[in-house]
Amino acid sequence: MKLLNLSAAALVTSFVGQAAFAETEITWWHAMGGQLGETVNEVAEKFNASQDDYKIIPVFKGSYEETLTSGIAAFRAGEHPNVIQVFDAGAATVIGAKGATIPVQDLLADNGIAFDINDYIAGVRYFYADSDGKMIGMPFNSSTPIMYYNAGALAKAGVEPPKTWEEFQSVTAPALKDAGYIPLSQSHLPWIFTENFFSRHNLQFASNNNGYDGADTQIMVDNPAIKAHFTALTEWKDKGLFEWYGTGWGDNAKPFEDGEVAMWLGSSGSFGGLLKKDLGFEFSATMLPYWEAVTTEPTQTFIGGAALFAMSGKSEEENKATAEFFKFLTNADTQYFWHQATGYVPITEAAYEVAKADGHYEKFPAAEVGIEQLTLPAGDFTRGYRMGFYVQIRDVMNREYGRILTGETSVDDAFATIQEEANQLLERFAKTQG
Amino acid sequence: MKRAGFTTVWLPVALLLPQLSIIAIFFYWPAGWAVQSSFYLQDPFGFGSTFVGLDNYTDLGRNTEYLRIAWFTVIYTCLVTFFSLAIALLLAVKADKVIRGARTYRTLLMWVYAVAPPVAGFMGIMFFDQRTGPITDLFQTVGSDFKLGVNYTDTATAMVIAAVWKQIPVNFIFFLSGLQSIPKSVNEAAIIDNRSATGRFWQVTFPLLAPTTFFLLIINITYALFDTFGIIDTLLKGEPGNNPMTLVYKVFLDGFRGNDLGGSSAQSVILMVLVLILTVFQFRLIERRIHYT
Repeated sequence: MKLLNLSAAALVTSFVGQAAFAETEITWWHAMGGQLGETVNEVAEKFNASQDDYKIIPVFKGSYEETLTSGIAAFRAGEHPNVIQVFDAGAATVIGAKGATIPVQDLLADNGIAFDINDYIAGVRYFYADSDGKMIGMPFNSSTPIMYYNAGALAKAGVEPPKTWEEFQSVTAPALKDAGYIPLSQSHLPWIFTENFFSRHNLQFASNNNGYDGADTQIMVDNPAIKAHFTALTEWKDKGLFEWYGTGWGDNAKPFEDGEVAMWLGSSGSFGGLLKKDLGFEFSATMLPYWEAVTTEPTQTFIGGAALFAMSGKSEEENKATAEFFKFLTNADTQYFWHQATGYVPITEAAYEVAKADGHYEKFPAAEVGIEQLTLPAGDFTRGYRMGFYVQIRDVMNREYGRILTGETSVDDAFATIQEEANQLLERFAKTQG
Repeated sequence: MKRAGFTTVWLPVALLLPQLSIIAIFFYWPAGWAVQSSFYLQDPFGFGSTFVGLDNYTDLGRNTEYLRIAWFTVIYTCLVTFFSLAIALLLAVKADKVIRGARTYRTLLMWVYAVAPPVAGFMGIMFFDQRTGPITDLFQTVGSDFKLGVNYTDTATAMVIAAVWKQIPVNFIFFLSGLQSIPKSVNEAAIIDNRSATGRFWQVTFPLLAPTTFFLLIINITYALFDTFGIIDTLLKGEPGNNPMTLVYKVFLDGFRGNDLGGSSAQSVILMVLVLILTVFQFRLIERRIHYT
């Protein structure tokens, strides 16, 4: 009886409690697992603690692909979240579906929150924008491919981290090999050695201004410069200057973490994870090398990672909450916290200044490499790319690159196949937009 | 002669209704949707769509990669079906002869049955891992550089082994009970006519096992085609790259990863038709030659 009374009392208080603090709840579906997921939860808790009107609930939905697919299925069933994290390769899908999301720029303006695209660092401004430059998705975990190196291994071999691929193949790699290391591995051939290869050398990646100006886009991947790069890659592999452990990200990162591989091309967002793993050797990072034979003025790379999209079909109250969350997310302190904990770059100039003033980069010079690379001079083709069915296009690339590296196909044939299949996919995607 | 029957039409209909509605809701309705969306190319979010007729099918027919996957699926299904049946039959014949500790021995052979396909795939990864897998080390001692996830054939080998290993216990259980249901007298009579145990097996035991084998053949083909999905997904770690895959995995990749609903629907319709043909073929051609005891 006592128990019953108690629970009845609890029930009453909870009703009263709800009436007193009518919080607007919003949900946020994301793809940040493990350590990153915990940091996401911390960001959400900080937001919830910062005010009493809104509450955001982050939900982990699996990989980037799984998160996007769940979001689509939920949208079609009318049970979608307020905020969804969509990765770079899914940008064309979510932005192409006009009406699925509210452009972040409009959302902020409608809710009276000041927005100036120039507050954002140059490299992240326009990747998730439409062809007029209106920001559609809020860049969230922004990363870019950089080169990590085992400082001890380089010292043992008596070399400096390479700036160009010419330097890598003639000086760095042979010395590292002689010192008993596998000189290089990388974790994402389409992202690091394709998309960002085009960006780093300011080469056109697709027609229609890299795809931003229309859906009838053709990919331009069959380019002599990148073919020369992959030819060099197979030669390095034959000479033991480079190793490829399969298509998985972790399969290629592990040998670096174990100290077998001296240099590893990964994401600037890998920094936080590497730091926490306590690798047993000192590591640092440098910018993604470029070919001097292709350009003497290398440009900035694309942002990878993902952006947050505000999904449509929600009440004004909830949209207001989403806008407030975006405001919180982009303030300098939140960005600096996120940057420190994960290694993803801060997306605003203000946050970058806070990190500098705090001496973060004196402690961890590697943490600044990503943002430095993203603020390098821009070129005509460094803004990003926008192509539909891009997840499948990446799968085609991975398949053909795997065949190149296992000797099943030639570089020329592989690139011809990628170009052909990718263009078929793009043509199919254009029809879905009709 | 009195025939037992229902007095009204409505009672049997009412009794059948739950079953029929389950079939209609969970099979015919989605199947109908799949057929319909295979004629469209549609925006994943459901905003735009274009009627493209048979384009989704003709695109598949022209796609060399799809044909390559189809060919791999055929070989994979044959290998998995053959080896899981053959090894299970061998084990069942041997287990049938064991008298002392028979129960323990049989249980040990069966318990792999409880392993879920993704777990089987995960164990495959551990055993075949490029750098730390014991089976990889074993291959290396005989001079073979086994590389899971890098080399197409090596990944295919690991897939077949994991799938066969997982399926053997099911087949074993059925074969063993099939063997035990063969009357002793038949065997004893056969001993008089034929002194060779191998000869007796092929001439007497195997034909008597035919109903079991036929049933298992269907079960195993379906298993290899569809139920090995979990194993394949785990072994590929979500990144197919240049590795082999089966048709059903391709449906998943294009539909759930790539959001190409039209193309993926066309592929599932092709699989539906394939299963239909296979079933008709099996029952029409093979069942006629089998005698059920």
